[in-house]
Amino acid sequence: MGTLLQQTVNALSLGGVYALLALGLATVFSIVRLINFAHGEVMTIAGYGIWWALLLALPAPVAILAGVAVAVGAALAMERIAFRPMRGADVTTLLITSFAVSEIIKVLFQNGISARPVPIVLPAWLTSTIDLGAVRIGMISVVSIAAVVLALGAMALLLRRTPLGLAMRAAAEDFAVVRLMGIKANHVVALAFAISGALAGIAAVLWVAQRGSVDPLMGATPVLKAFIATVLGGLGSLGGAVLGGFVVGAVEVFLQGFLPEAALPYREAISLSIIIGLLVLRPDGLWPAANVSRS
Amino acid sequence: MNRLSVTGLRVRYGPIEAVRGLDLEVGPGEIVALLGANGAGKTSTLSAIAGLVPPSGGRILLDGEDVTGLPAEALARRGVGLVPEGRRVFASLTVAENLLLGGAVHAPPPERRARLRRMEDRFPVLGERRDQKAGLLSGGEQQMLAIARVLMAAPRLLLMDEPSLGLAPQMVERVFDLIAQLRSEGLTILLVEQNVPMSLDIANHGVVLANGRVSLRGTARDLLASDAVRGAYLAG
Repeated sequence: MGTLLQQTVNALSLGGVYALLALGLATVFSIVRLINFAHGEVMTIAGYGIWWALLLALPAPVAILAGVAVAVGAALAMERIAFRPMRGADVTTLLITSFAVSEIIKVLFQNGISARPVPIVLPAWLTSTIDLGAVRIGMISVVSIAAVVLALGAMALLLRRTPLGLAMRAAAEDFAVVRLMGIKANHVVALAFAISGALAGIAAVLWVAQRGSVDPLMGATPVLKAFIATVLGGLGSLGGAVLGGFVVGAVEVFLQGFLPEAALPYREAISLSIIIGLLVLRPDGLWPAANVSRS
Repeated sequence: MNRLSVTGLRVRYGPIEAVRGLDLEVGPGEIVALLGANGAGKTSTLSAIAGLVPPSGGRILLDGEDVTGLPAEALARRGVGLVPEGRRVFASLTVAENLLLGGAVHAPPPERRARLRRMEDRFPVLGERRDQKAGLLSGGEQQMLAIARVLMAAPRLLLMDEPSLGLAPQMVERVFDLIAQLRSEGLTILLVEQNVPMSLDIANHGVVLANGRVSLRGTARDLLASDAVRGAYLAG
């Protein structure tokens, strides 16, 4: 019983990070039809941002804010420098552009800083554990879940209650008509990238806090998982991305926790098989985008 | 001065020239019907005037101001509204959200709310369904929404692309009544339509396109009486 609770908390905290990343990927994809594989590097940049801020002896909350701000800046810069000139290009071209951006950033960090992980020391209270009788729960897991809930809530408010949020939802459906309403295409696209950057920044804070270090490949694996989550949820569907993130996280954590030891080496294979199985049952994803019939 | 004055307009999609030197004028407060067969260049003309495609030649003046080549969002801010072919309401947004988006950059929030209420009074069905997703409306209701959405911007030039297409006969009547009513409220309208007799019935002037050029123009009354139009569209 205790382990189940513990594993559930772990699943929610890991799934929450995937959900934030997947939501960022889906937000950008829904607007510009770009699967941004450089999204992981936004996360990496945020990680180094936190590391740098802490080196400058800034207090931890400031360093965390700096990390998120750097991620927003990085996502906006990527859009402006790499993706805006490619606007309207076909999906493959955009995809390859994002791979190029991703590789360039990785190499810059490998050669500019170090290919090895650099340690990050966060305040002790973050790495403490909460004792609930027989169960011990990491503080960072609780903080992660709270941060994810807040971020998702803020995102839902933005999309439902603000004119720019309305414009974003509309743009996911029919960008040309949004422009006919007088809303600037560049603003909507920039907002989508800024949101994806902020979500990646928050994900980076949580990731770094759980692992205690940053390396040039830090973002690659979680974003790959997040990409799987967006496909599982239904490509282009924001709700689906979040749901997919939690499912991928849960599958991973529960397999790790409950598989017999002999089967543990096959954990990734089993988890991907489960996801493929779900996609066979629901080919459009668990929560498909409403507007699949778009020219 | 004309509200809209188009001279020598050309629109090109790769090797295909859809509009080849079109001249067109729309005076303030009038309806001009843009007629012609499929592929004559009607939608391309509207798209260029609305800024969705850049013209490859010619000039577009809005109240005397040269707006040639401005992007769609800039033209919308200058008062050009387009009701696109096929309605294209935002299906996953509610009726009210569609309308609010239509006025998003044109009116500050209190004025936007006031306009929303006026639209709901004018189109009671939209008021009744304000919180429903637009995708659940019938075709005729979606057309009303598409028109109301563009009216939220209080445009000075309204471009309408096939507003009666695919609607039931009594709905077609309602749409044409509405267009005539909008003119009587002072709106200037450039109307692309397949329904030639009903369009010329409410229009002041008509322009017939063929192969990207004007093949015939005149007052709506003269066109209705002309042998060429009668032969091509009204024979039956």
